[in-house]
Amino acid sequence: MTRYIIRRILWAAVLLFSVTVVTFVIFFLTPTDPGKLVAGKGAGPDDVARARHYLGLDKPVPWQYAKFLGRLTGVRWDRHHNTIWYIKFKWPSLGQSFATRQDVNQIVGHAAPVTASLVFGGALVWMLIAMPLGILSALRPRSMLDRLTMIFVLIGISAHPVWIGLIFSFIFGYKLGLTPITGYCNAINPVGNCGGPAQWAYHMILPWLTFALLFAALYARMIRANVTEALNEDYVRTARAKGAPEWQVMRSHVLRNALLPVVTMLGMDISVGLGGAVFTESVYGLPGLGHTLVQSLDTVDLPIMIGIVVFATTCIILINLMVDLLYAVIDPRIRLA
Amino acid sequence: MLLDVQDLKTYFKTDDGTVKAVDGVSFSIEKGQTLGIVGESGSGKSVTCLTIMGLNSKRNTVTTGQALFNGEDLLKASNRRLREIRGNDIAMIFQDPMTSLNPVHTIGKQLVEAVMLHQDVTQAQARARALDLLKAVGIPRAERRIDDHPHQFSGGMRQRVMIAMALINDPDLLIADEPTTALDVTTQAQILKLIEKMQLEFGSAVIIITHDLGVVAETADDVVVMYAAKIAERAPVDDLFNRPSHPYTWGLLGSLPRIGVDVDRLTQIPGSPPSLLNPPAGCRFHPRCEFVMPVCRTTQPELRPVPGHRGHLDACHLDDETKEREARKLLETMLVPENV
Repeated sequence: MTRYIIRRILWAAVLLFSVTVVTFVIFFLTPTDPGKLVAGKGAGPDDVARARHYLGLDKPVPWQYAKFLGRLTGVRWDRHHNTIWYIKFKWPSLGQSFATRQDVNQIVGHAAPVTASLVFGGALVWMLIAMPLGILSALRPRSMLDRLTMIFVLIGISAHPVWIGLIFSFIFGYKLGLTPITGYCNAINPVGNCGGPAQWAYHMILPWLTFALLFAALYARMIRANVTEALNEDYVRTARAKGAPEWQVMRSHVLRNALLPVVTMLGMDISVGLGGAVFTESVYGLPGLGHTLVQSLDTVDLPIMIGIVVFATTCIILINLMVDLLYAVIDPRIRLA
Repeated sequence: MLLDVQDLKTYFKTDDGTVKAVDGVSFSIEKGQTLGIVGESGSGKSVTCLTIMGLNSKRNTVTTGQALFNGEDLLKASNRRLREIRGNDIAMIFQDPMTSLNPVHTIGKQLVEAVMLHQDVTQAQARARALDLLKAVGIPRAERRIDDHPHQFSGGMRQRVMIAMALINDPDLLIADEPTTALDVTTQAQILKLIEKMQLEFGSAVIIITHDLGVVAETADDVVVMYAAKIAERAPVDDLFNRPSHPYTWGLLGSLPRIGVDVDRLTQIPGSPPSLLNPPAGCRFHPRCEFVMPVCRTTQPELRPVPGHRGHLDACHLDDETKEREARKLLETMLVPENV
């Protein structure tokens, strides 16, 4: 078990390394010059060169990458006056934004809770929709409910989150006035009237629904299929032959087995969602990771992009590790070696 | 009379029409006796037993007739009452031990569940009972294995666990649905011996469903031969093997491989079993029967007593003389090895 976790963490490091390399390579392959963008429209060649020097863009790419890696691991190094090397150990940092010189740790630190609110809340919403729909339609195949569920699934899978988002905020926010149209309220640090858990949840209702719809549809279909399959298993018949009442058959035998794969899927979808629920965040103007990432594309702000990529990758790796460990607990057939 | 099944019919409504999976089956079994039900796949033998247990899906199933268990009609019993009976008075073991146990629970938990459903005992008492049963069915080091999961057992061991689970509440009737089909030959013999031993110990009656006449010969007191949802022949086991009287039974006996007889090919019954959606008119076996007569194509034969053989019934239009002659001929070929 311990060896398994150590091996997984080592692999995570390798994965993280490759992801940052790939991001760096792609960035330097794109034919844009952040120096130019930072120096501004009226800047002459000298200004641009100064900006490039200031941002470290005049150095070779491997050098820049090594600097980045150093910051990330907390090891700062440089040549002092071209002769003396120095090494300092500091708190790991993702660097500073090209455009605003803002600390990327801080940017990610502000955006991550927004995305986490959206994704975890959304996951709760989609499970609350998908579980009853999936289970009930598996229990009553071809019933009215089953057919309506399948129609819902079709709509949920076909409709794009941007479209759903715009329609929702038009109907519920603008026409009916039941919800805010856009915007985000911090649950912990209030800004004026906007703040506190109630305002936070109030502003998140539409984003949650929008984000959850696609997944609710996918999960309803998956849960229905899994439950249908489990209902036909021989061990379910065995349980009935023992004289178990139907609720016990469902709980202890059908659902326990049918929901195992759902745990894996949930872990994967949540971690991918943390990487940026771009569409939902953009429609509702939520200052989350996806939204921030899209904005950083406009200014070709490499530190922010890499910062979000590193953060998202770490989340994905950690959540997947947790799911794997959890899986070994709930499915006795799996032993981690 | 422990179980008395009269004119049992189980019809499944499907999109393509009504499948008559069991079509007028009658048999009975006394306390402590063993009844063998033999037939090809799809002959209705499993459905018969699932119907008695009330385990068919309610949605598209029509059941008529009666199944009196200790005088109580199981087909009219409420779901609640059936749940009381299932696993307590009537228990069942299934064909495939690899899939019949829940993979996510320990076998101990599954055995304890069976006890707790029917007996007012503590968890510890139920566990002690489970351990006793595991020992009784011959699980080595049962104290340690009780907390293992099904995938840690071999097929034979899993079937032993299933038998333990079925017998844990000391049922009056044990239904074994092809208990040895999924096992290898040496394990098959062990499991059959175990069922027999447990039957003596617990005094349960046993219905053993099989397509293997060898299994029937070894274990059963009475035999029901089913063909296409109906009973072709019903007899005490000695009578069935000494004077089989239905051409289908002859076919089954004739196709048994025999040690000491050197043949290139085993004899087989030509053709395949009919669709139960649209069974043939007249005798359902007539398209495959080598003794077919005009009457067989039009009139369904009734199940009638065989003269001079108590408890022996067959459903065949052939005259008794022919049946006698053919049975003798068949037995002679079967006895060849001893005579050589």
